[in-house]
Amino acid sequence: MAVSGLLFIAFVLMHMYGNLKAFGGHDSYNTYAEHLRTFGEPILPREGLLWILRLGLIVALIAHVASALALWHRAGTARSTKYVAKKNLGSSFSSRTMRWGGITLLLFVVWHLLHFTIVKINPAGGATNDPYNLLVDSFQEWWMTILYLVAMAALGLHLHHGTWSSLQTLGWTSSAAARTRAKVAGWVVAIVIAGGFSLVPLFVLFGVID
Amino acid sequence: MKVTLKIWRQPDAASPGAMHTYEVDKVSEDMSFLEMLDVLNEQLNAQGEDPVAFDSDCREGICGMCGLMINGQAHGPEVTTTCQLHMRSFKDGDEIVVEPWRSDAFPVLKDLVVDRGALDRIIQAGGFISVNTGSAPEAHSVPVPRDDAVRAFSAAACIGCGACVAACPNGSASLFLGAKITHLGELPQGQPERHSRVVDMVAQHDHEGFGGCTNIGECTAACPKEIPLDVISQLNRDLRTALVHGR
Amino acid sequence: MASPIDPSHSTPTNEPPVQVSDDAQGYYVPGEPLVDPRTPTGPIKDRWTTRKFENRLVNPANRRKLSIIIVGTGLAGGAAAATLGEAGYNVKSFCYQDSPRRAHSIAAQGGINAAKNYKEDGDSTHRLFYDTVKGGDYRSRESNVYRLAEVSANIIDQCVAQGVPFAREYGGLLDNRSFGGVQVSRTFYARGQTGQQLLIGAYQAMERQVAAGTVTEYTRHEMLELIVADGRARGIIARNMVTGEIETHLADVVVLASGGYGNVFYLSTNAMGSNVTATWRAHRKGAYFANPCYTQIHPTCIPVSGSHQSKLTLMSESLRNDGRIWVPKKKADCDKDPRQIPEQDRDYYLERIYPSFGNLVPRDIASRGAKNVCDEGRGVGPEVDGVRRGVYLDFADSIARLGEDAVREKYGNLFDMYKQITGENPYEVPMRIYPAVHYTMGGLWVDYDLQSSIPGLFVTGEANFSDHGANRLGASALMQGLADGYFVLPNTIREYLADGPFDALDESHPAVAEAKKSVEDRVQHFLSTNGTRSVDSYHRELGNIMWEYCGMERTEDGLKKAIDLIRGLREDFWRNVKVLGTADSLNQSLEKAGRVADFFELGELMCIDALNRRESCGGHFRAESQTEDGEALRHDDQFAYVAAWEFGGDGAQPVLHKEDLVYTAIEMKQRSYK
Ligand SMILES: Cc1cc2nc3c(=O)[nH]c(=O)nc-3n(C[C@H](O)[C@H](O)[C@H](O)COP(=O)(O)OP(=O)(O)OC[C@H]3O[C@@H](n4cnc5c(N)ncnc54)[C@H](O)[C@@H]3O)c2cc1C
Ligand code: HEM
Ligand code: SF4
Ligand code: FES
Repeated sequence: MAVSGLLFIAFVLMHMYGNLKAFGGHDSYNTYAEHLRTFGEPILPREGLLWILRLGLIVALIAHVASALALWHRAGTARSTKYVAKKNLGSSFSSRTMRWGGITLLLFVVWHLLHFTIVKINPAGGATNDPYNLLVDSFQEWWMTILYLVAMAALGLHLHHGTWSSLQTLGWTSSAAARTRAKVAGWVVAIVIAGGFSLVPLFVLFGVID
Repeated sequence: MKVTLKIWRQPDAASPGAMHTYEVDKVSEDMSFLEMLDVLNEQLNAQGEDPVAFDSDCREGICGMCGLMINGQAHGPEVTTTCQLHMRSFKDGDEIVVEPWRSDAFPVLKDLVVDRGALDRIIQAGGFISVNTGSAPEAHSVPVPRDDAVRAFSAAACIGCGACVAACPNGSASLFLGAKITHLGELPQGQPERHSRVVDMVAQHDHEGFGGCTNIGECTAACPKEIPLDVISQLNRDLRTALVHGR
Repeated sequence: MASPIDPSHSTPTNEPPVQVSDDAQGYYVPGEPLVDPRTPTGPIKDRWTTRKFENRLVNPANRRKLSIIIVGTGLAGGAAAATLGEAGYNVKSFCYQDSPRRAHSIAAQGGINAAKNYKEDGDSTHRLFYDTVKGGDYRSRESNVYRLAEVSANIIDQCVAQGVPFAREYGGLLDNRSFGGVQVSRTFYARGQTGQQLLIGAYQAMERQVAAGTVTEYTRHEMLELIVADGRARGIIARNMVTGEIETHLADVVVLASGGYGNVFYLSTNAMGSNVTATWRAHRKGAYFANPCYTQIHPTCIPVSGSHQSKLTLMSESLRNDGRIWVPKKKADCDKDPRQIPEQDRDYYLERIYPSFGNLVPRDIASRGAKNVCDEGRGVGPEVDGVRRGVYLDFADSIARLGEDAVREKYGNLFDMYKQITGENPYEVPMRIYPAVHYTMGGLWVDYDLQSSIPGLFVTGEANFSDHGANRLGASALMQGLADGYFVLPNTIREYLADGPFDALDESHPAVAEAKKSVEDRVQHFLSTNGTRSVDSYHRELGNIMWEYCGMERTEDGLKKAIDLIRGLREDFWRNVKVLGTADSLNQSLEKAGRVADFFELGELMCIDALNRRESCGGHFRAESQTEDGEALRHDDQFAYVAAWEFGGDGAQPVLHKEDLVYTAIEMKQRSYK
């Protein structure tokens, strides 16, 4: 769970960095998208690296979801009779929303892949073969931006707890200082990633990027 | 003052239970919560109704026998054991919901009494240092750095009450488990069995049907001995090291 | 070994006592004098070594075939179960809690003594021995106490190896403190949770044996009867407290490690479930009960706050180092805010009466002082049943002198605990304290090998009488429990087991059937009486009688009155108690009923013992035996003996056997704290 989660974090960090290329304009972004596909050539075929990454992510996703389901199931059988009254005191909102937040993310990922990778949906009805244009066209629709912003909020929450939790799961928080660091890391990762991803859609919507 | 109690009543492990409502009058704020239940029981006894069964023994916060879910909080609104909770934490007219620890690994035996034998079995799986009586070396032959001794002590303060399990949304006993791993692992005497201890104890924990930890932190907030969450990190670290070393 | 008194050669021997007074006449039957058949001989420092050698060994291959029942999982029982399990015997361990780890040993705060002399302050086995005998007011057996002091050092080694996190110094070595008024630092401690840490050590060692298959644990099982067949203790009848089943457990030998009986007073620092049933049932089957009247009353407990009170909480005695004890001079001031009472209207009575020791007088003197001022009507705090029972323990001077932080540093956790329970802030308002029953020195009589007067029944820990005489020193009960469990019993029980395994018994044996039936009848009686009063109300009333007449100060008239009251109340109890629920389920009222029934019988014997002992020694103060200044006065010439009581039968008088105490390595002295 922790390892796959951290892999995702690494991936989304890279992904976000790539997205920010949109600020460099049409060519910069498309070069990056093209470069992703040609990276490693000629040792690897075209899209070779991309497929390795994709495979890695798929394996990680399966592992992640499978262990999430296993934990969920165990939690359910560990307390089959629920409390009449139960308060939560020591836990953060993010920690309690990991499961539903995860499902939100899963749905989002499916939509996201349909949107940009597999089907390529251009809500403005324009061309879909130009990554940059597809991006800009999409986020000029307000509802699309909202959808992505909601997803990013979910991602931020998930990462806020997830980052700290994975460090704790890996046993890297056994001193008070390390724990503080991990908690801070949770905030930083959450804000940087959710914030970083949100920039592009927002700037598109407000016409900074076009 | 007067309080209204909603208490889980269940005649035995096999029968279904339900919440019942009782009123207790003339509660003094100097009473402990359990003394207030004693008063209720005297009342019930006089009316010919079976008194409410609940566990307690030392009534000074150290044996770990007591433990009730009070208004949704394990051991109630203060950071202490149920027996050390006093009625001055409540006010006249309060409605108080009292439930047993809820965990499938802690079956309800009657009313508010549960069976926590699973915690003993986790200790049996490896929560000890194997040293036969009489074979111990002179106590001063192994100095223990003071910081290690202090950390071991803080973890060893666990009273095995099970509040961590009761409070955990996952029903995990990781805080209890981590406390023992940290206590013994922090001391030089605990090193030889460190790997096998963590592997065996975790296996027993899972086997008992406790949930998995997702580092939420409800346990440490409920723990009357304020066992810190870092014992779970220590548990994970020891487990990782042990697995890497092939045990 | 550097020791002030040469250990082996000094041989002062006292004269055998001759009792002249006979206050308890008409309440008991004099019996034959009692001699410990296993009493060791030779120089005191060699006695234990010799005994270990002389006691026969059991072939390892035979051990699995020998079964041992141990009732109790405290320090005494838990340590024994672990050790005997390791040796390969087949051990069955019983406790009434839901886990062995919850035995009341867990509540001990202060520490455990051991003659390690790590501080190089002149401590030695002999000094620990000397202090313990003197502290016990010369009413313990010297050979037993010497052995205790001797094995004390091994206990620390064992516990450290098990991972008990004792307090340490910066250099990584073990820290010690001075405790209980002795002049050397020999007390090992783990913050204020020494008992907990030692017990967890023993518990873990025992759980290891459970995993190894040598120990089987029976939790939530209460021993309700002893099985004595063909003159030997062969098993117990226990009630499964969850299912209500009355179970028979048979073995080659039975060990009782069931703790003390302070709960006869209803309010005490003992756990709610602490009981005398295990030992009392054995007493009724022939085991002698020794010195039942010896009770330790601890001066610094949190006072009773109302009639709902269910138990009392101890606070460390160390508080008396910096707190000053006082009450108002005038009764009229008793309900005033203590801070408003001017200095000249306060009576610092301990400082006044004992100018040289002041607030640091021994436990019994401090306790009696508090009782006296409260009896005069000068107690403070809430009125319970018309009397204020509390005295101030005031830190205002220390806070002014040392600063609040320094006081917090020393006593912070105790102050917090006090606040938690009383809701008052002791940094601002003086604490209120009152004495409470804390420990019982009396218990089943055992010989040097810890065997009772029933062959095959061994008794260890607080449940026996052997090591503390009339008063126990601080930090020595933990020492005794572990000494008995780890080192003494395992080396003495083998002499008995070397003759085993004994003939197999089964449930049809008349002794087994009789024991089981008597338990079933008792349960049925309670459930069918259908009276009007709850068990707790009887227990509370019994406790009041005991506290009033057999507590800190005892008189001939008071004790006689108490005996009458107890008899009357007991009769009423059997006729009129109300126990609801069923026999075959978890039934806490039923559990309590059985315990209280036995407390009635014990309470009466305690009063008779106290009545007979017309002297003041240790925790036993007879008003008739005091010096002109009101100090305890011992009468060695009459009472230097162990009073071992034999059960005379229901309704019949108990039989008194006297075991004379002979001191060869130590001289008897009268204590003085003026
Ligand atoms: C508050 C407090 C503080 C103390 N502080 C200190 C201290 O600082 N230093 C010190 O040396 N001593 C101290 N003492 C005294 C000391 O703790 C006890 O004397 C000692 O621990 C007794 O140990 P034990 O093994 O004999 O009995 P316990 O620990 O009382 O164990 C009794 C066992 O017997 C079982 N049992 C009892 N009756 C039955 C039955 N009928 N059927 C089945 N099982 C039964 C119980 O379940 C339990 O397992 C303190 C005592 C108290 C109460
Ligand atoms: C695809 C749908 C997803 C689901 C269903 C899901 C679900 C979960 C669940 C249930 C947990 C365990 C709860 C916990 O440890 O507190 C978890 C942990 C975690 N998730 Fe996700 N998640 C998903 C996607 C993601 C993504 C996209 C990322 C990263 C960008 C991610 C990163 C993490 C991390 C780092 C953890 C912590 C792991 C640990 O503590 O061991 N997850 N996830
Ligand atoms: S860790 Fe805390 S809450 Fe859990 S069993 Fe131990 S003392 Fe109780
Ligand atoms: S009864 Fe012992 S901790 Fe509450």
